[in-house]
Amino acid sequence: MPRVTFEDIIKSYGKLTVLKNLDLAIDDGEFLVLLGPSGCGKTTLLNLLAGLLDVTAGRITIGDRDVTDLDPKDRGLAMVFQSYALYPTKTVRGNLKFGLAAHKLPAAEIEQRIAWAARLLQIEPLLDRKPAQLSGGQRQRVAIGRALVKKVGVFLFDEPLSNLDAKLRTEMRLEIKKLHDELKSTIVYVTHDQIEAMTMATRIAVMDAGVIQQFGSPDEIYGRPANLFVAGFIGSPAMNLRPATLSVAGGKVAARAAGVDLDVSRYGFVSPPQDGQSVVVGLRPEHFGEPDAAVTDPAGNFSLPVQYSEKTGSDATAYLKFGDGLIATRVDPEQIGRFRQGDTVNISFPQGKLHVFDAQSGRRL
Amino acid sequence: MSTGLLSGEARVEAAPRFPRKRKGISGRSIAILVFLSICAAFFCVPLYVIVTTSFKTMEQIREGAIFSLPSPITFEPWVNAWDHACSGIRCEGLKVGFWNSVAILFPSLVLSMTLSSVTGYALALWHVRWAGTFLFILFICAFVPFQIIMIPLIILSSGLKVYGTIWGIAIIHAVLSMPFLTLVFRNYYKGIPQEIMSAAMMDSGSFWRVFGEIILPMSGNIFIVVLILQVTSIWNDFLLGLTFGGLGTQPMSVVLANVVITTTGEAAYNENMAAALLTAIPPLVIYFILGKFFVQGITAGAIKG
Repeated sequence: MPRVTFEDIIKSYGKLTVLKNLDLAIDDGEFLVLLGPSGCGKTTLLNLLAGLLDVTAGRITIGDRDVTDLDPKDRGLAMVFQSYALYPTKTVRGNLKFGLAAHKLPAAEIEQRIAWAARLLQIEPLLDRKPAQLSGGQRQRVAIGRALVKKVGVFLFDEPLSNLDAKLRTEMRLEIKKLHDELKSTIVYVTHDQIEAMTMATRIAVMDAGVIQQFGSPDEIYGRPANLFVAGFIGSPAMNLRPATLSVAGGKVAARAAGVDLDVSRYGFVSPPQDGQSVVVGLRPEHFGEPDAAVTDPAGNFSLPVQYSEKTGSDATAYLKFGDGLIATRVDPEQIGRFRQGDTVNISFPQGKLHVFDAQSGRRL
Repeated sequence: MSTGLLSGEARVEAAPRFPRKRKGISGRSIAILVFLSICAAFFCVPLYVIVTTSFKTMEQIREGAIFSLPSPITFEPWVNAWDHACSGIRCEGLKVGFWNSVAILFPSLVLSMTLSSVTGYALALWHVRWAGTFLFILFICAFVPFQIIMIPLIILSSGLKVYGTIWGIAIIHAVLSMPFLTLVFRNYYKGIPQEIMSAAMMDSGSFWRVFGEIILPMSGNIFIVVLILQVTSIWNDFLLGLTFGGLGTQPMSVVLANVVITTTGEAAYNENMAAALLTAIPPLVIYFILGKFFVQGITAGAIKG
């Protein structure tokens, strides 16, 4: 069964190199999300796999086939596009049929597959409509249906939900996840939306500047970001990253940031900490304790003035002045009344939730 | 009516609370009207003279009042022009030229539109090697005046044994219009979203299948634009028909010229006018039938999301 591998992929346009010596292996049945900001090369990587772009150097295999030089239609893939890219002059049925007829399947088989996909996606009543007569969500289903009927081993999704409104997006997210559980096929999914990535993926490849920054399960990406980029990119509100200096004395390790000492003695350092080493500490806003209430075994206590706060309904965030910057803390919306501008609040940060990165290389320590 | 759908009652019957000021006729709009009327008259007056003259008897024309209405009205000039007018020594009227023109029009339409739409499609949507260079050459060719290449073309076509035949004229029409039409089609197809083409590549990847099933059904508008352009230019063409048409294969425009030139005794102005109008009618008919689509076609590419 298909296991997709990229080996030493280079893609450049003239002097501009978009992907640099990229290696990636995707297991069978995996839901891999390529996550990254715009222009990080994630869509390029997907198009290389689809065969819509040619690699400058490198090898792509699907299963045990080298597909690097194959035409898109011979690679055994199906793709769902961001703009759906339905054929506007064909009916829904015609859209689903086009790819199958091109592969010279018997008519009975084609009919059966269309019926199967239409039932699965609940688009049976729409089969004889044109794409212009469908709503955004319906078009999205048809686009997925067009991929499903091909019954291939690997499905590619290129930001398929970014044109939908928030409510539909949540619905479709669940449905795609359900489809994956049902069909057990390999999915490569490109998005810049970390919520989509965290909820759907079995593994995430976080990309930036044409390089995979970290490749791991959503829990790993969130819990142990490999470098400063991943730490800052995953999580909303973003992780507070503060420069600090390590001091090692008598078995105690502390990170001093803007006058506050954070106890990192029990932090799982990869390499032994050096006294005076410049580091960056990361504190997720959601890990702060409640205001004016001590957490058991804190790594550090802060007493900071409130700069401003904002509410999003289910959540609230307070921004506290810390050194010459701000740190964000997530607050229970019912408590947000206690964060008035100018007030000083005491909050503490628990042990074991801290992240420490090397200031020079940006790597996790 | 007054029970609003969800909230907020619909106040349809109430007088508007903030009525807009009525715009009066200003001096500027009068000036524009006058200017437009003059422009319209500039084109309409000659047309009026032609139409009225074609219904007049020769006696009335000799009176010299060119703006007078025809009395009595006679259809004889029209019948004569169609059936009996003399072109050289043949007095069979315009109808010979009409059927020649029709016979030239259809093959050259099919040829030119097929050639240039497929070329435009390939240049716009497929990764053709040297596409840029090829496009540039086409662009240059679109601006080469026909007169420059007329003699080489005559030698070529006589070498191919098509000189003086209907097919010869049709092929020359198709070849000469290809550069411009290819550019038109290519620009139209460039406007088709890349993702549709990507989807088609993954689904089928066959050049002709994608063209026939996906691209062609999407090109209705541009085909109508090109159809009108081509019908008008082929039908109204004179020089090509004159140089490449044999004796029996001259298009209507050439026959018309001969009819007007050939005079024995007095010039039959009414017949000449009727002949000119007869020749001008077919493109007009096409334009009236397809005109609505023509405007749509021109703007369709511009505002498509």
